Amino acid sequence: MAAPNTRLDRDEIVAVRQPLTNTPQRRAMLGKLKRRPSVRNSLIALLVITLIGLCLPFFAQQDPYDLTSFSVMDNRMPPMSESFDGMVFWLGTDGQGRDMLSAILYGMRISLLVGLVSTALALIIGVSVGLVAAVLGGRIEALLMRLVDFVLGFPSILVALVLLAMIGRGVDKVILAIVMVQWANYARIMRSSALSERRKEYVEAAHNLGYSTGRVMFRHVMPNSLSAVLVLATVQIASAITLEATLSFLGVGVPVTEPSLGLLVANGFDYLMSGAYWISFYPGIALLILIFSLNLVGDRLRTALDPKRS
Amino acid sequence: MTESSLIAADRPATENAAESADAILEMRNLSRVFTRQPVLAETLLKLAGRAPDIPVLRAVRSVNLSVQRGEVLGLAGESGCGKSTLGRMMTGILPASEGTVSYEGADVATLRGAALKDFTLGVQMVFQDPYSSLNPRQRVAAILAEPLTVHRPDLSRAQINARVDAALEEVGLDVSYRDRFPHQFSGGQRQRIGIARALIVEPQFLVCDEPIAALDVSIQAQVINLFLELRRKRNLTYLFVSHDLSVVRHMADRVAIMYLGEIVELAPTAELFADPKHPYTRTLLEQIPSVRNRKRSFSTVKGELPSPLNPPSGCPFHPRCPAAMPQCSVDAPQLQQIAPGRTVSCHLYDKDKTLT
Ligand SMILES: Nc1ncnc2c1ncn2[C@@H]1O[C@H](COP(=O)(O)OP(=O)(O)O)[C@@H](O)[C@H]1O
Ligand code: SF4
Ligand SMILES: [Mg+2]
Repeated sequence: MAAPNTRLDRDEIVAVRQPLTNTPQRRAMLGKLKRRPSVRNSLIALLVITLIGLCLPFFAQQDPYDLTSFSVMDNRMPPMSESFDGMVFWLGTDGQGRDMLSAILYGMRISLLVGLVSTALALIIGVSVGLVAAVLGGRIEALLMRLVDFVLGFPSILVALVLLAMIGRGVDKVILAIVMVQWANYARIMRSSALSERRKEYVEAAHNLGYSTGRVMFRHVMPNSLSAVLVLATVQIASAITLEATLSFLGVGVPVTEPSLGLLVANGFDYLMSGAYWISFYPGIALLILIFSLNLVGDRLRTALDPKRS
Repeated sequence: MTESSLIAADRPATENAAESADAILEMRNLSRVFTRQPVLAETLLKLAGRAPDIPVLRAVRSVNLSVQRGEVLGLAGESGCGKSTLGRMMTGILPASEGTVSYEGADVATLRGAALKDFTLGVQMVFQDPYSSLNPRQRVAAILAEPLTVHRPDLSRAQINARVDAALEEVGLDVSYRDRFPHQFSGGQRQRIGIARALIVEPQFLVCDEPIAALDVSIQAQVINLFLELRRKRNLTYLFVSHDLSVVRHMADRVAIMYLGEIVELAPTAELFADPKHPYTRTLLEQIPSVRNRKRSFSTVKGELPSPLNPPSGCPFHPRCPAAMPQCSVDAPQLQQIAPGRTVSCHLYDKDKTLT
């Protein structure tokens, strides 16, 4: 490469010859994805879990939400038994005669849906609140951050329980409850990373160039302070699912007609002592696998994206 | 320093002009304090009528200064004496706690609409740290085009591109760099991008806050020359902040010396270096002759720089001043004119008061 500009000294030209990919962060991430198969695998795993979770119900042999598709006659059948019309209950049936495998596949979809949607919503709210607090400062910041402290001051399960006790059951209501208790985590982290970003001189330059506050906020501060909350979000999906399962287990979560994994475990609880272990056991195993794999993925991603580890 | 005397020779004689004859920016009793936000307990104390003791840091204390159109005003002083804070207030980035900044005769606090935009864009800043002064996620072309897309909706895409290319060329960067990210450049090149970004809105006045302090010594001279060249081509006015007095001597028409948030001496460059009046300026000048000392700034001034949280009584320099007198620790000296265009804040010159 010929020296592009003779006015520059040799030092500067050498510096320009660096490979011209993308931002350092993106380059480091892509590099890690290539070098460390665990990261790529965990990303693929996340995608596969999501896809399986969302698509599997189509392969279920029974629609557990359709009360006419199963019969109470088949109740509490052990795994591998056969119904009188010839269908095999691989994982047995529950107290209403539902095929457990089908119920688990549907329940997993609900759990995943609740986890993903509530995390996404909490992320959007938290990021906006943290960003507004950091950029506007003053009273607005004080007010928003006291609110965040207030929300984080209570155990999340307690807040969600009280909330659901007031507004009733339902998938949308569980999502609302989880968003209500989780957005504050994102807001706090977003505010602190936006605050440290806001102190940088390019933000002062943006104000000096007469850009509107909104432009400074969304075009300059936000893109540079998102990475920390995104990392948190990958880990939070699993904890949102755990919270949903807990709420459903306690009977305030999803409605009985649309059982999630947590509700399935709760339903089988009564039969545990009478020997019908499978009604609780298999949904529990499914929940465990789901949360474990999501945590694994989140953890790997967090390590991979940690700027302090290159 | 033969070249600095050459530059001094062809300077307009602004220093003798009456103050505010053609002032582009004027500061009157300008002060800035920093306090931290009171914590909840302190707010409650205050409500209960017991005023809590929140420390107040006076970064800039009652500065009176005017910048003449077309001049280079040097601003020097130890690190932490308030140079950046003063510069930020001059650009409007930081609001003043007290006092006024006037741009072309109008108090900037009262400006609205188009007049405010004129001031905001008319006074631009070149920052000290070329690494944090550019958005790491914007390409060079986006950094330079953004001010135009925001403020010049009348320009077409092609016209903006042409201006971006022209700006790159003006600061000595190849136009083929437009699609690169800031991290792909050296410090000197980033500083050039920062200068181009400030210039693209066609300012009158540039506040250069130690723009070469973070650069390699080999590159410093190039960037200084770029500043001089741009000033000539565009008739710019500079506030050139530096803690390196030899740079100030090379660049500036007049020099203001700052100590603990106050301007202690103001004089035309040649006079200041030939005959410094304030004891602090004298101590500073004793540091320069050795080339080795240049980069060490003023760390060799005897004694510690007092904390701006708790400034000394009387003259802020008295604990370190070799010429301190008994009254110095009691009475704060006022800035007084001792010769045309020369002001100093020191009790040693009190007898001159009758002459002015
Ligand atoms: N945003 C801020 N908040 C609190 N203190 C500040 C802030 N900016 C500057 N200061 C303080 O004000 C004083 C002057 O700082 P500065 O203007 O940066 O000095 P200089 O540029 O001369 O090194 C310092 O004591 C510094 O700690
Ligand atoms: S007023 Fe006194 S202490 Fe201050 S600089 Fe002058 S002589 Fe020194
Ligand atoms: Mg500074």
